[in-house]
Amino acid sequence: MKTIYMDNNATTQVAQEVLDVMLPYFRELYGNPSSMHTFGGQVGQKIRAAREQVAALLGALPEEIVFTSCGTESDNSAIRSALTTRPDKKHIVISRVEHPAIRTLCSYLGTQGYKITELPVDKNGILDLENLEKSLTPDTAIVSLMWGNNETGVIFPVEEAARMAHERGILFHTDAVQAAGKIPINMKNNVIDMLSISGHKLHAPKGIGVLYIRRGTKFSPFLIGGHQEKGRRGGTENSAAIIGLGKACELAAQNMEKENSYVRRLRDKLERELLSKITQSRVNGDIQNRLPNTTNISFEFVEGEAILLLMNELGICASSGSACTSGSLQPSHVLRAMGVPFTMAHGSIRFSLSIYNTEEEVDFVIEKMPAIIERLRGMSPFWNKAGQSCDAQ
Amino acid sequence: MWEYTDKVKEHFLNPRNVGEIENPDGAAEVGSLACGDALKLTFKLDENKRIKDAKFKTFGCASAIASSSALTEIIKGMTVDEALKVSNQDIAQYLGGLPDEKMHCSVMGQQALEKAVENYRGAPSLEPGAKIICECFGVTDKEIERAIRENNLATVEDVTNYTKAGGGCGNCQDAIAQILERVKAETTTVAQPKLTNLQKIRLIEETIEREIRPSLKQDGGDIEIIDIIGNRVIVATRGACATCNASGITLKNFVEHRLKELVSSDIIVEEAAK
Repeated sequence: MKTIYMDNNATTQVAQEVLDVMLPYFRELYGNPSSMHTFGGQVGQKIRAAREQVAALLGALPEEIVFTSCGTESDNSAIRSALTTRPDKKHIVISRVEHPAIRTLCSYLGTQGYKITELPVDKNGILDLENLEKSLTPDTAIVSLMWGNNETGVIFPVEEAARMAHERGILFHTDAVQAAGKIPINMKNNVIDMLSISGHKLHAPKGIGVLYIRRGTKFSPFLIGGHQEKGRRGGTENSAAIIGLGKACELAAQNMEKENSYVRRLRDKLERELLSKITQSRVNGDIQNRLPNTTNISFEFVEGEAILLLMNELGICASSGSACTSGSLQPSHVLRAMGVPFTMAHGSIRFSLSIYNTEEEVDFVIEKMPAIIERLRGMSPFWNKAGQSCDAQ
Repeated sequence: MWEYTDKVKEHFLNPRNVGEIENPDGAAEVGSLACGDALKLTFKLDENKRIKDAKFKTFGCASAIASSSALTEIIKGMTVDEALKVSNQDIAQYLGGLPDEKMHCSVMGQQALEKAVENYRGAPSLEPGAKIICECFGVTDKEIERAIRENNLATVEDVTNYTKAGGGCGNCQDAIAQILERVKAETTTVAQPKLTNLQKIRLIEETIEREIRPSLKQDGGDIEIIDIIGNRVIVATRGACATCNASGITLKNFVEHRLKELVSSDIIVEEAAK
């Protein structure tokens, strides 16, 4: 059975070009980039080149790029550094829809004497900057807001938010893990102090991330050890993954146009067709301010896990915000923050595409989904009542 | 991804007895859309008062659908009395087991069955004397107690996995902890063999030595057994405990509590006159 992969916000396939540039650094060029000998030193040169490639995607300076192990490490490093370098400030502002890498860290910090403000979003997942403005106090150390939401794709106005924080001397961090490579980012045009990205969301391997730290920003390392990354992140460099990430960023810059035309068109087609073929379904999240590859659709009266497993039988991969898939008993915190009714949230499916998806794949999913939903609705005790009342209208 | 058994997958992909029986002898609906799972069970009896047919409609995840399917298969051919003996464990076992976090799906099946039989008998839907503990998921104290006993549950998290109680707002978690303690106390008192006086004294000494003294010593305190008369343990406080105003509280809340738990529930700790 062929796999139809529409779960690219979870992780992506490593691009062939990326794998090709990585392979020599396992068996042949395995030297330590910090070594004095040429054998190791030549790897150091490749890492410098990768740093430039990453910087180019972000419109940043190479020295502003720090390699980490993942998006979560980048997020944790940013928040903790802000608190360490501003020890007198005890307030953090985030949103209710942040990734667990920020949210769970902040709930922990909430037990350690810090005050956390979680900004609400409206029913479309949009952040009101007025609320941000009201939340800022002289005690605020840092504001951290995600650029693009992993579940709905909704884009936050982080550049404007960063200006607001800056006017008050407050640091600003953004988790751009989902945004990087999907929408243009140019750090020259904003005042964002720190930004996180993750390799495996843009066709680089897992286990590599980046923390962008604007030049001149005080920074206190999370991993303390050797002099790597100019003392900002101890630990021997993950050479192969760094070099792979460099290539992936170069490809992402080249594919940005395709992402916003080809991928967007496929996503829009998928969304439009599913909504028209399946009654009582709707999109979660603002459809204008959205990443080009993501759609989050709720199918009422059926449960997400059951949908996913029937899709799985056909080789279709996606994810769900239902409670049953998370292991907790409540549906996704993002959908709840948007006030999506539980009845809708339980039946939510997120499709996230990439440039590797084809028109045929999208057509296949459009063809198969109605039967899946119908089959589960046929088993649902709520469907007949609602279905009939709907027909009567 | 959940580790479902082949049997669960098979019953999810090919569920038996989906639907609704017209003019059923017994019918019940448990759960709700908001909960994330719900089950409507209907059954019909034959002339010998055995379940001739059972059908379900389920909104929920794969294991909820598989549990419902399994339930209808299990109870066919049973009398209602036999059916009432079917526990959530039986449903889970029929499916070759369920992940811990999904045990509530089997409990939902068992609850639907119980209610459908009550409906058949014309009995009230809420067990007499039962009280709703978890408002979010509408779980009663009786249901929680039954799940604890039948599955030997030890923690609030276990109870949530099996009944969903406490998994919503979490406000009832203290109440669940109290039920756990109560059921545990009942079962341990029953299980405890009667000790001879000598055995009891030795056990008290050992327990103080092993479980209590190390904790007191950490705070610079200590106790010494002066006498044991029946269920009364007379102790003298030493070290920091001797001069501490709160030593009375420590004796009751910590020493007596531990001894009740580990030796015998009727033990009373008293401080020797200074």
